[in-house]
Amino acid sequence: MSARVVVRGLEYAYPDGRIALRGVDLTIEAGERVAVLGANGAGKTTLALHLNGIYEPASGSVAIGDLPVNDENLAEIRRRVGLVFQDSNDQLFMPNVGEDVAFGPANLGISGLELEQRVTHALQAVGGGDLISRPSHHLSGGERRRAALATVLAMEPDVLVFDEPSSDLDGAGRRELVTTLAPLEMTQLIITHDLPLALELCPRSVIMRQGRVVADGSTRELLTDASLLAENRLELPFGFRLEAAPER
Amino acid sequence: MGAGHTHALYVHEHSPIHRLAPEAKIVAVFGIVASIAITPRQAVWAFGMYAIAVAGLAAISRLSPGFVAMRLLAIAPFVLFALFIPFIATGETTEIGGLAVSVEGLWGMWNILAKATLGASLSIVLTATTEVPDIIRGLSVLRIPTLFIAITTFMVRYLELIVDELGRMRMAMSSRGYDPRWVSQARPIASAAGALFVRSYERGERVHAAMLSRGFNGAMPALDHGHADAREWRAAFGVIACAALISAIAFLTL
Repeated sequence: MSARVVVRGLEYAYPDGRIALRGVDLTIEAGERVAVLGANGAGKTTLALHLNGIYEPASGSVAIGDLPVNDENLAEIRRRVGLVFQDSNDQLFMPNVGEDVAFGPANLGISGLELEQRVTHALQAVGGGDLISRPSHHLSGGERRRAALATVLAMEPDVLVFDEPSSDLDGAGRRELVTTLAPLEMTQLIITHDLPLALELCPRSVIMRQGRVVADGSTRELLTDASLLAENRLELPFGFRLEAAPER
Repeated sequence: MGAGHTHALYVHEHSPIHRLAPEAKIVAVFGIVASIAITPRQAVWAFGMYAIAVAGLAAISRLSPGFVAMRLLAIAPFVLFALFIPFIATGETTEIGGLAVSVEGLWGMWNILAKATLGASLSIVLTATTEVPDIIRGLSVLRIPTLFIAITTFMVRYLELIVDELGRMRMAMSSRGYDPRWVSQARPIASAAGALFVRSYERGERVHAAMLSRGFNGAMPALDHGHADAREWRAAFGVIACAALISAIAFLTL
């Protein structure tokens, strides 16, 4: 399953008065995979936390599929939208991986054999069947990332939102992440500074600056625009040649 | 439990006591400690029997006497305090090596030493044979309030991260030549503690957001675990009954 995400005129200010979002408009079609790029402090994470109703917008609206994000629909919205946090340690709070993966579906009222199956399937989907009884604080960075993804997949979400999924991974861990994400059919929003990752996974990207979407288009085209990248403090890795990267 | 046994107090072994369900172990330890605590101090023989029983449990758990003795150092401050009692207490005195000491104080010292050592040894056996998450699980089977269970779970989960963070801060401080010798140099330690508190608080907020994102509605979901079977409960209540019997005989023969 996958669902359409529609964000309209979204505005938000932090309790200290700092304005984080100044009217974000964004539509993501069901099953689409979109990268959200932008400098630190551009409002990317704040946007992500609106998609499942952790933050309540000052004005504007968010809808996931046919459901608007509001207090009434919160439980179903949180089932539909799976958020993978930047620091996996924040996401893995139970004593071991199996219990962590079970936490979400158990909150949905699933128990017994069905719960066990959910946990096994979710861990298999990330290639981490052997992680089930491991304590979370002794996983490697890549294992922790996969376990965090499994906790979200166990909810059988329609939309996946990743906050900097590759930030703490080594090369091999990053490769595993790409091969794990590529076959997933849900709508995906990937917040990242890792431009090659965006290019490899997402046909479409948006760039955020100071709480607004300032560019929206094909990832390859956006990354070709050197002045646009520079304005947004984005930079391709040294020696990276866009022409050399294969089309997806 | 699978690979990666991790908690500092746990000793990885395979013994009947390691395999016993945590809730049965907790109840047994609680019952034996209660029996020891109410045993009259004059019944010296009773404490001898308890000591043999505790040593037996440690041996079945494959814990070496040296290991238990090392862990017992944790109660050293209480022992030190107890050693002073005979010199401070009043009442009838007796002479030991030319020093006048209170008889009542000697009994007081013996009481604290014997009961504290036995109680601590039992806790050592419990924590060395049961991983912390299993102890928490056992407590939840025993219907300890879920809020307490949740707080303990998070404490165990994040304590190591916080300790790691503290270690990194200390490394960063020493890397820039900080080598405190005087109280007046303590300021950076205080500010590091403050920074650590703020970071932990912020992490708490992020963890809460992560919980809400997965449908947390204020109650921790009850996850199924194996429970102690009748045989395990019989074993637990069997040892409690022995301890209670010793304590009852001690009362009756007073």
